[in-house]
Amino acid sequence: MTDFLLSTGLEAVNWSRAQFALTAVYHWLFVPLTLGLALIMGIMETCYYRTGSTFWKDTARFWQKLFGINFAMGVATGIILEFEFGTNWSNYSWLVGDVFGAPLAIEGIVAFFLEATFVGVMFFGWDKVSKRFHLASTWLTGIGATISAWWILVANAWMQYPVGQAFNPDTMRCEMTSFSQVALSPFAIDKFVHTVISAWIIGAIFVAAVSCYYLYRRQKSGGAGDGERDVAVQSFKIAAIVGLVSSVLVMISGDESGYRVAKCQPMKLAAMEALYNGGNGVSLTGVALINPFEQPDYISGKEPPMKIAVPKMLSVLATRSLDGYVPGINDLIQGGYKLPDGTIAPSLLEKTTRGTKAIEALAAYRQAKKDGDETAMEESRKVLDSNIQYFGYGYVNQAEQIVPFIPVCFWTFRLMVGLGMLFVLFFIVALFYAYKRDFTKTRWLHIAGMVMLPLGYIASEAGWLLAEFGRQPWTIQDMLPTWVAVSDINVGSVMLTFFIFLVFFTLLLIVEINIMCKAIKRGPAFSRVAK
Amino acid sequence: MTYDFLQHYWWFLVSLLGALLVFMMFVQGAGGAIFCLGRSESERKMIVESTGRKWELTFTTLVTFGGAFFASFPLFYSTSFGGAYWLWMIILFTFVLQAVSYEFQNKMGNLLGDKTFRRFLLINGLVGPLLIGGAVATFFNGSNFLVDKMNITYEGISSIISRWANASNGLDALLNPWNLVLGLAVMFLARSLGVLYIINNVESQDIRRRGKTQLLWAALPFVVLFVVFLIYILVKDGFGYVPSTGEIIIVPHKYFTNFVEMWYVGVLLLLGVALYLYGVVRTLLAKSFIGGIWYSGIGTVLAVLSLLLCTGWNNTAYYPSTADLQSSLTITNSCSSEFTLRIMSVVSILIPFVLAYIVYAWHSIDRQKVNEMTA
Repeated sequence: MTDFLLSTGLEAVNWSRAQFALTAVYHWLFVPLTLGLALIMGIMETCYYRTGSTFWKDTARFWQKLFGINFAMGVATGIILEFEFGTNWSNYSWLVGDVFGAPLAIEGIVAFFLEATFVGVMFFGWDKVSKRFHLASTWLTGIGATISAWWILVANAWMQYPVGQAFNPDTMRCEMTSFSQVALSPFAIDKFVHTVISAWIIGAIFVAAVSCYYLYRRQKSGGAGDGERDVAVQSFKIAAIVGLVSSVLVMISGDESGYRVAKCQPMKLAAMEALYNGGNGVSLTGVALINPFEQPDYISGKEPPMKIAVPKMLSVLATRSLDGYVPGINDLIQGGYKLPDGTIAPSLLEKTTRGTKAIEALAAYRQAKKDGDETAMEESRKVLDSNIQYFGYGYVNQAEQIVPFIPVCFWTFRLMVGLGMLFVLFFIVALFYAYKRDFTKTRWLHIAGMVMLPLGYIASEAGWLLAEFGRQPWTIQDMLPTWVAVSDINVGSVMLTFFIFLVFFTLLLIVEINIMCKAIKRGPAFSRVAK
Repeated sequence: MTYDFLQHYWWFLVSLLGALLVFMMFVQGAGGAIFCLGRSESERKMIVESTGRKWELTFTTLVTFGGAFFASFPLFYSTSFGGAYWLWMIILFTFVLQAVSYEFQNKMGNLLGDKTFRRFLLINGLVGPLLIGGAVATFFNGSNFLVDKMNITYEGISSIISRWANASNGLDALLNPWNLVLGLAVMFLARSLGVLYIINNVESQDIRRRGKTQLLWAALPFVVLFVVFLIYILVKDGFGYVPSTGEIIIVPHKYFTNFVEMWYVGVLLLLGVALYLYGVVRTLLAKSFIGGIWYSGIGTVLAVLSLLLCTGWNNTAYYPSTADLQSSLTITNSCSSEFTLRIMSVVSILIPFVLAYIVYAWHSIDRQKVNEMTA
């Protein structure tokens, strides 16, 4: 009977994970374009404000129209995520709500209202409010979106690297002890910089792709539409600059993020590198033959076949030293290696033993409190405090539970980095052509620009898949595994809502893409009379 | 600022957000009345254009209400949302439908046709307020859940702290007729506010004329249902707790007592109801009066605020459990730590500033009303 209950429970956990992943992936289809396009149309409207030229007004308005189509879907998918913490991750909400809830509330108060109020002025305020107020509204919409990204990434970073908190056995939850540690955690800063700038790349790619489409279409149809050409050329020029600057910055912040992951989430690093047995001076895998659908046999420690690697590079990335030690998956399970602070890493067995001790001490503490036995309370409190850092491991029974699904981590990492490099290359070429050549007739560049669009989204989603799959099985790193974070709902209900979301969001996505394509095909509207 | 003060302060803020949300549900109300208010295509377009300028604020209020509740009373978040899974999911679904409808319905290539998107608005306009009202009514009537923090020391699914005591995942709330009464009341309230807003915001004599009839048939059932519900809660026994021990007890005429002991909350309620009625009656009687939304809207905020304060302040259990009395949630046993509440209270200083820029932006956009030229 217990087995049956447990397996039902695990299924509900997995469907809840699937549902969160589904809704998050959908949400992230719209957010980067909101953040990225906000920057670019802000620049365009600033050009209008400074020059007074109707060309810039029309251009800014055109991109704002596309922004609007995308924006609604971002809002609609976003609300689900916030409430899903409660609906599907009930234990999580209580156990860490004291820390995790605050950024969400602040996000609402500080950022969402800014965004929601001024996006209205931006859409409906043309010719109703002053030029200056309208420009401010456009920028405030983008700033609101970016501040909201800050707070939600603070929350996410905290799940990867839980700082500024302590467990309180009286209330049975983690409580915040330092707001600045949570809000300004180095993990959060890295995540914010990396994520928001990656969204600027999406904005740049989108603008470049649409501009390329117009130039391509013009070329094909034999030169009609000068106004559209001008919009495309000027937009492409801005996109090329924004794109190149952001893709270089993303590389730098990505390297910093990798270093941070190596320090705080060594298992994630080992999984994304498919590093089974670590060592000193470890090489960085370029590619290797890893079956994308099956967890590889990491226990044997055999290297994956057809591995092409750069010697010592992983050690450099992870430890900033040629001979630095990087633990592999098996090292992390067996322990026994020297940590940077000089202590010896505990084995998984030791961690689970100490985690179990912590949980038992917690139960004893509660019982003693109930009985009013202060001596027993003090004793169990001591045991609890000395083992609390391994609390989450108390719920782990087998080693395989703490190993993330390696193929997803491995391949998404390569997709993200590979495409990131491609974007740098593309934007170098784009910038060169934008300012040094007449690119209105270079068809190969137009096609390349359009091809970048889906690739941009793939890279962006791959980044999130890596971040979140790599954190498994933890909802909060080392503290709370997914199967203790979930709600008490039957698997049928979660499956049903999963499929409702799937059908619903897919349908709306198709509608959105169709509307977007029609609006793009129709092209910008011009307020002046064509000469 | 003591811990006790912070708990009351945050219950006030959450209640205020809830009250603002009910006011802002005029967007839902207008969506639900779209086919009755607008007969021709151009009239319906004007209604959509008008509420289309505001829906994001309603949406944001809902999101912020959720976020603030999560941050200040996380045990409610984990217990109610995780337990009443279906109730909240259905509410969310209807809001997702609504969010895309404004942006998509007038666009080329929307595949489903503008009529479908307007039906989405109708669904959200009726079901959203009905279920939100029903959910709020459980604050007075109780829900079927169990909370045991010891569970965390067990293995597997037994480790879940908050559980629903039956398999309905929250839909059982709709079996209680009193929850339905408040649900329907909120639905009609939103509708009447929606009509008042459209009368104010859309310059069309036909819509304004039709609006008066619609207003009467929304406000009348609302007032009847609301008064019935009010009488019911004033005479019923309520859920209180002993401050020193936290023990939950049934207190005879608890809510009536609350209005008497916290007379200012009672005054707030009376003032709110009076303002609401004034807005409605004057709109119905005076020929060219279009400002009813402001009176009725502010009245709604005050009345809802007062009801929510009545459920949480004065040692009242705001989320009572009918399955296990001692599992009931109060502002003291479900709130965040003193540290977190204090930090967030600092952030809350920004709220008046936020309200001010919303008012300013709203005013700048609405200087020019919606008419056939703008829609």
